[in-house]
Amino acid sequence: MSATNKTLFDKIWDAHVVRADGDMALLYIDRHLVHEVTSPQAFEGLRIAHRAPRRAEFTFAVPDHNVPTTGRALGIGIADPVSRLQVETLDGNCAEFGITEFRMDDPRQGIVHVIAPEQGIVLPGMTIVCGDSHTATHGAMGALAFGIGTSEVEHVLATQCLMQTKPKNMRVTVGGALSPGVTAKDIVLAIIGQIGTAGGTGYVIEFAGSAIMDLSMEGRMTVCNMAIEAGARAGMIAVDERTIDYVEGRPYSPQGADWDKASAWWRTLHTDAGAEFDAEVHLDAAAIPPQVTWGTSPEMVTGIDGKVPDPARESDPVRRTSIEHALKYMGLVANTPMREITVDRVFIGSCTNGRIEDLRAAAAVAQGRKVAKGVNAMVVPGSGLVKEQAEAEGLHRIFIDAGFEWRDPGCSMCLAMNADQLAPGERCAATSNRNFEGRQGKGGRTHLVSPAMAAAAAVTGRFTDVRELAK
Amino acid sequence: MEAFVKLDGLVAPLDRANVDTDAIIPKQFLKSIRRTGFGKYLFDEWRYMDQGQPDMDVTHRPRNPDFVLNQDRYAGATILLTQDNFGCGSSREHAPWALLDYGFRCIVAKGFADIFYNNCFKNGILPVVLPTKVVDDLMGQVKKHAGYRLMVDLPAQTITTPGGETIRFEVDAFRKGCLVDGLDDIGLTLRHAADIQAYEERRRAEAPWLFAGQTR
Repeated sequence: MSATNKTLFDKIWDAHVVRADGDMALLYIDRHLVHEVTSPQAFEGLRIAHRAPRRAEFTFAVPDHNVPTTGRALGIGIADPVSRLQVETLDGNCAEFGITEFRMDDPRQGIVHVIAPEQGIVLPGMTIVCGDSHTATHGAMGALAFGIGTSEVEHVLATQCLMQTKPKNMRVTVGGALSPGVTAKDIVLAIIGQIGTAGGTGYVIEFAGSAIMDLSMEGRMTVCNMAIEAGARAGMIAVDERTIDYVEGRPYSPQGADWDKASAWWRTLHTDAGAEFDAEVHLDAAAIPPQVTWGTSPEMVTGIDGKVPDPARESDPVRRTSIEHALKYMGLVANTPMREITVDRVFIGSCTNGRIEDLRAAAAVAQGRKVAKGVNAMVVPGSGLVKEQAEAEGLHRIFIDAGFEWRDPGCSMCLAMNADQLAPGERCAATSNRNFEGRQGKGGRTHLVSPAMAAAAAVTGRFTDVRELAK
Repeated sequence: MEAFVKLDGLVAPLDRANVDTDAIIPKQFLKSIRRTGFGKYLFDEWRYMDQGQPDMDVTHRPRNPDFVLNQDRYAGATILLTQDNFGCGSSREHAPWALLDYGFRCIVAKGFADIFYNNCFKNGILPVVLPTKVVDDLMGQVKKHAGYRLMVDLPAQTITTPGGETIRFEVDAFRKGCLVDGLDDIGLTLRHAADIQAYEERRRAEAPWLFAGQTR
């Protein structure tokens, strides 16, 4: 292994190779995150094969997809018996196999990708996996984090390793500075708009450049979270002092001599000068306006000043058909300005945008305003601790006074596995990550935006340039 | 896992790009704690006119006549032919479970999303990537000729058309071996237990904090 000219990804990959067989590497996994939806069959597999977890203490579990977002303080459980069984199955499996779980009634419970950084469970330089594609979030810590299927969940439980072929290196550099009112979410939507939902397939993307390094840790997590929406195996960002400040003092982060040793290594976790990437992409932050998706794939996105595209002007037949399908599903007419599209629902939350900074940005827009007539708007904090912090800052009062619903933590209407769903034909401004057909409920129409843009849509009833509300 | 060696199968065309795993198996069916029984809900929102629910009897559900798998000529298809970036989005392995349970053993596409591609190999499904022009040509043939079949030979890495044309495809040697032999790859990894142990010991010396647990 050469000590020079490595990318951030190369450094972390090389530090975790247990053995190599041709193109396949046996990669050691430092932390494994588990939730209730993609794990029951993996635990069942262990039982059938009479296998035990190799290192139960490296696995952390939390129920998040199925949990209700109302009535939790009253101790009301899960009404849907099928959802309830899945959460109880997780509880039972964690107890049986000795895995630390943040149960539904634990104040630290929340979306797995929000609580793991919050607790210091995920740290720079680690390899992190979870049976969930948004595991890419943790790349913001300067870690290699990616989603896996249930068979691989079982594989990691049994062996603490995964057989992997090494992805290629891509760097996406966002230079310059964002204009006011434009956020991490707008950056990542603009990137996906540029490279497409399959643009990152086969790659790990390192996000770099001044506009990325100027982001808070929460903002960096938002960007890495949606790397999967560009098709990438993982997204990651170099470690800097902001990363190290974020990690320090968390319940599972190192202390004393361990801290000194760890932080010294973490400070080496950046791409070396002269390291080569298989692909390079550049964006100018100043040229990115607030983004709004118009279709049924995250790449179907435009600026708030844009219009719904006209399929007649698309020459590629597959793309033309995709646009036609999308407009039909979304109930949109070609060439409609985005600002003229009205919304029925607003969803603020998810592993993409359910952190404290996101709630602050939305509250700043909601303050002193009212949710527009006929619009139902909800705020779902990403974790119990985010909710506590928001309440300590009085954000919940701003939201409630403006007419937003203030909910309990969970994945909620990002994927609508619990009771929070769109009705057929309902149009929603959502801070989540996927606008796929049926994602938020059969026939539901999702437009992805930043928290500030979602709040702006809530108070005006249509997509609105948040920069104008700030004037 | 059932081995995959050769398959002579009826082909069904799904002429859409970026088919996501939410479309392949919608979220409400993910509440199941089993790995089987998802086939009848495959592409549920495209296949049926009503709202699907877990454990629903599908016998009398209204079918969408416009959806390709509802056409009689594709009944019993075991090969799915589709466009680029198939299986994008959620990592849910329920997607390959549903495809397999429905009867698909091979998916031919211009490209696949990474996690879905991996998940196929864990379940005895062969995902085959072919160039754009080849897929476009096959798509035209399948639509034109009822009963269109392909012969897939994994050891030879070839697909043969009814006209006798042979198309070669690439597949990683390790994954190919596991699929041809129907191997449980956890068992394979456990053969390297001594290497894993040695790695852990080395790593504990280099990076003790990784083994420390809760500190506060």
